[in-house]
Amino acid sequence: MSFDFLEFLKSLVSLTISDYLRELWGNQPWVDFLMNVLGVVILSTFCLLIVIFLIWLERKVIARIQRRIGPNRVGGRYGLLQTVADVIKLLIKEDITPTGADKVAYLLAPFLTVMAALMVWAVMPFAPNIIGVDLNIGIFYFLAISSVSVVALLLAGWGSNNKYALLGAFRSVAQLVSYEVPMILALLVPILLARSMSTVDIVNAQTVPYLIVAPLAALIFFISSLAETGRTPFDLLEAESEIVAGFHVEYGGMKFGMFFLAEFVSTLFMSGFFATVFLGGYRLFGLETLVIGDGWVIGNLLGLIIFFVKMFAVYFVYIWIRGTLPRVRVDQILNFNWKFLVPVSLALVMMTAVLDKLLPDTFNDFARAGAHLLANIILAMITIEILRSYARRQRKLASDDGAAETASGHDDHGHHEPAHEPVAAH
Amino acid sequence: MTVEQIVFLLISAFTLSTAVIVVTKRNLFHAALALMATFLGVAGLYVTLDAGFLAAAQLLVYIGAISILVIFAIMMTRRLMQTTEPAYNAQSGFALVTAVISFGLIFWVFYVFREFWPLIPDAVTPLASKPIVADEILQGSVVVMGRSFVSSAAYVLPFEIASVLLLAALVGAIIVAWPKAEDKA
Repeated sequence: MSFDFLEFLKSLVSLTISDYLRELWGNQPWVDFLMNVLGVVILSTFCLLIVIFLIWLERKVIARIQRRIGPNRVGGRYGLLQTVADVIKLLIKEDITPTGADKVAYLLAPFLTVMAALMVWAVMPFAPNIIGVDLNIGIFYFLAISSVSVVALLLAGWGSNNKYALLGAFRSVAQLVSYEVPMILALLVPILLARSMSTVDIVNAQTVPYLIVAPLAALIFFISSLAETGRTPFDLLEAESEIVAGFHVEYGGMKFGMFFLAEFVSTLFMSGFFATVFLGGYRLFGLETLVIGDGWVIGNLLGLIIFFVKMFAVYFVYIWIRGTLPRVRVDQILNFNWKFLVPVSLALVMMTAVLDKLLPDTFNDFARAGAHLLANIILAMITIEILRSYARRQRKLASDDGAAETASGHDDHGHHEPAHEPVAAH
Repeated sequence: MTVEQIVFLLISAFTLSTAVIVVTKRNLFHAALALMATFLGVAGLYVTLDAGFLAAAQLLVYIGAISILVIFAIMMTRRLMQTTEPAYNAQSGFALVTAVISFGLIFWVFYVFREFWPLIPDAVTPLASKPIVADEILQGSVVVMGRSFVSSAAYVLPFEIASVLLLAALVGAIIVAWPKAEDKA
């Protein structure tokens, strides 16, 4: 078979380039090698470059939410080149290392953060057959790699030799380690339903998107992914008004830029992961397997577009939440996790496992989805009822206290033990 | 030498050299960092043995949890930012003796059972290549492992005992950390 430029372009557009090359040159091992190298280069370049767009998008959307205009000077009416200018500024800044810093930790931390943020993309299925590597432990791999990013934050906080940085690092470790628990438990639900930890298998199992089958798991995963990426309302690790900038307060220039970059890359990854696990990834009514004309597989390209639309829809919700919610306190963040999210997700995993086992095999996907949805709604109602009665009890206790205090001459209503605050208020 | 051998030797050298750094560094924080690198090397060895799940578990448990705990312990118990300790204490002599004896024992076991090596018929030395396992077994290894944890024919009893032990440790930790009655008042 000779080289045909039109065929080559067609295979490039339909993302079956590796099949085409294999047909052209035979099944050589170096075709795989070439595709792997190309894949790594393209994927990591894409991840790093998309951040330029993401930062612009975030600033623009937040600005519109707050009735401002946002960047509009550099790069035309919409300020499209604002971030490019910012990156150039970061790159030409002086590269400072504080005198008292622990050099190894200080210099290692930015690299580790970016590495961890980039490595997880290996298991992201972009389109049918377009995935770095379809590991049979895909989700577990993502959890393992993202747990390394905690180490990077700790290194940054410790290595900077700065009290604010260390405080930020302590906060970040407490928060990230805690929120890993409900995140893993929530991810167990899709794993249970798909009976696989491979991201591709989970996408293929979603005849009905898991957002409908397991809405509570999706909600818990979304909340804990907000905390894991350190975004508002869980941005305690860099709370500007409390600890200046947290763990990266001593970093300047591109070293700071790398932390910034890693945050955006991992937020985008979380959006893509949410889209993959709960929104059906690249699937949309079979469009992803479309073949037109004489066997031209256009479905791959459509799948890629569908995936990106879903990913950016979820990303928009992340920005939306950032523009809407204020920051919560440290005790609230931990209480909310350990006293609310973890018990609920444990109950959810148990319920899903038992229900999935009990449902007869004669049920098709839609009947199963309906049963799971019903069970989820019932669990949500029970949870809300428990929270409501708890809040009622706490309010009664507080008003009794208040009455007693007023009777004995203390009219200081703000004086309550912090432990008496109702959990429901969070 | 095959590529696999070279990779194995490189990873082993990395693991061992970082392990030496762990015990010789005077700065405890740097020793903890080197310990993380050692764990990473062990995870790399698992990957070369096609044990992906074990490698990911190694990362998640040893680097993501245990190392963090170690670093926290160092931060909480030592003077912040100045963690230089003598690298050796009175136990180092005994530790050396124990290490040499255990190494000798392991070596002796390998020597006694040398006729069982290599596991693959046409391999020359144990290091030449890893045991060949069918692809479908590797792909399904997580499923097999999960099933054998809860199957009565396999490891359900050790698995349950381990979980009861962990639960007891958890309850114990909560009771130890629980505020005493006189603290509250």
